Amino acid sequence: MMAEHVPQSNGHPRPGTERLGAPARKRGLNFIFYLISSVIAVMMFLPFYWSVLTSFKPDNEMFSMPIKWITTNITFEHYYNAFTTVPFGLYFWNSFVLATAGVLLNLFFGSLSGYAFAKLDFKMNQPFFRILLVSMMVPGIVTMIPSVYVLRHIPFVGGNDLFGSGGHGLMNSFWGIILPGASGTFAVFFMRQFFLTLPKDMMEMARIEGCGEFKIFWRIYLPLTKPALATLGIFTFQAGWNSFLWPMIVLNDPAKATIQMGLQAFSYNYQTDYGPMMAGALVAILPILVLFLMLQRYFIQGIAFSGIKG
Amino acid sequence: MASVNKLGRHQARMAYLFITPTMLLFAVFMVIPVVMALYLSFTNYDVLSSHDWVGLDNYRRLAGDTLLWQTFLNVMYYAVVFVPLNLMISLLLAMLLNKRKAGVKLFRTFYYLPTLTSAVAAATVWIWMLHPEYGLINGLLGYFGITGPAWVSQTETAMLSIIVMTLWQSVGSNMIIYLAGLQGVPDYLYESARLDGASRFACFRYITWPQLRPTTFLVSVMAIIGALQLFDQAFVLTQGGPANVTKTPVYLIYQQGFNQLQMGYASAQAFVLAMAILVFSIISMRLTKAEEPIV
Repeated sequence: MMAEHVPQSNGHPRPGTERLGAPARKRGLNFIFYLISSVIAVMMFLPFYWSVLTSFKPDNEMFSMPIKWITTNITFEHYYNAFTTVPFGLYFWNSFVLATAGVLLNLFFGSLSGYAFAKLDFKMNQPFFRILLVSMMVPGIVTMIPSVYVLRHIPFVGGNDLFGSGGHGLMNSFWGIILPGASGTFAVFFMRQFFLTLPKDMMEMARIEGCGEFKIFWRIYLPLTKPALATLGIFTFQAGWNSFLWPMIVLNDPAKATIQMGLQAFSYNYQTDYGPMMAGALVAILPILVLFLMLQRYFIQGIAFSGIKG
Repeated sequence: MASVNKLGRHQARMAYLFITPTMLLFAVFMVIPVVMALYLSFTNYDVLSSHDWVGLDNYRRLAGDTLLWQTFLNVMYYAVVFVPLNLMISLLLAMLLNKRKAGVKLFRTFYYLPTLTSAVAAATVWIWMLHPEYGLINGLLGYFGITGPAWVSQTETAMLSIIVMTLWQSVGSNMIIYLAGLQGVPDYLYESARLDGASRFACFRYITWPQLRPTTFLVSVMAIIGALQLFDQAFVLTQGGPANVTKTPVYLIYQQGFNQLQMGYASAQAFVLAMAILVFSIISMRLTKAEEPIV
């Protein structure tokens, strides 16, 4: 497969290939390529099609064999049932608030400290940055239980006194999810790498003009990072929207549940209601899917970056 | 000269101000928890009443905890099958689509779509995909006259179901990472190899694979760290069953810590898991032989 890197005219034809004419052979290879690629694409897409199909199919068609690949009796009852049995709308909103707060805070704190690490001289620059990098390797399970302890004992909130006891702290509050993830190490690292590519002479000019340091960051450098901010924002939104275990630990109040928690509880409690289950799953996937179709380029950049950060 | 120093000092002060929110959050939600993780594992902390030092009691209890060791075996079985398959499939997909042809971008989009789903939503869909009677998979097998198994409720296939589902969900993003890696391999290497009459396999073996080493290194370490912490899929798709064959250490720690509130003991379990993750990461670093330091 790698041979496609090489212009065809460059190599010697290998034994056995002379018999076929070069164009015929190329057409054959092309056909095989499109065949394989299409089969895989269908496999990847099938679960989506299956869930969309099920969510619009009446029950009697759902539970019949052989599979009915298309349905003529489109029904919206599964969506109606899903949204009336559980407050999916509320869960949707909760997830949206949490993911958006995560994006805004990460973009601000991430770029602020990413800028400092990339562009400003201070003694602890290298050591602090190294510590942040190393911490990216710490598996999440290690900090899970102690983080609950920390959240529970933060002073002066949730009925706590100065020493962090008496109440429940930030447990069962949105802040318990927002704060621990407010300045992700990945965000800092990502923004630092981007700021490194920007020239330094703009800030020297601005300093001569008497511009303050924060203003230099906010007015001159930050506007230049819009593509990076978009990539990071999407990345953070997806992570926040899809996260499950930590919100489930922090939030006990059903009215604060996220869409992932709601969906899990629904599929656990209504194990045979496949129609509403598919409707709920699709609703949970939809925002990210829409975001992806609108801003595909930024998604791909984010992933590719996380791959080359080594 | 004095004014330059003054300017430098001012800059440094502002820099510390800029990183304060990040470092403060880092200290509270990363440094303190990491230090506390070890401490809590020597206590019987249970949120409500007790919080006493119990020495090595938790660790002694660990040794005889057969369920814990079973979850370790489960997740190792998962990792041993899942991680190599994940690497192999995503590399093959990347090589397949590393071309300038019409439609390649569309194919990439399709392969990437599953990675957008959350583990919970994906598992919910796959519960129905794997339904023994009316599910898509067994329906397709039925066309070939095969009666499919009961996937998630059979001990032989439950973990396999999780592996298949997670592969579907995760090969797309690793494919993108590998594509970025493949595009970094200089063309002249292939050109000169072709001039020397190297076969395609030799090109892969002696050019592509070694050149992708840093990528493989990163992808495999991340995959292992993720695999050993498997939770969402096992929680939603199989609920740890049947007969605990898909129960994972994180699942057990979650139950021990948050359902039974034995947080001290759960911390000890988490600590042992973290050690296992460290060991496996190091082994995989050796296997993929990353020569360059990563940090």
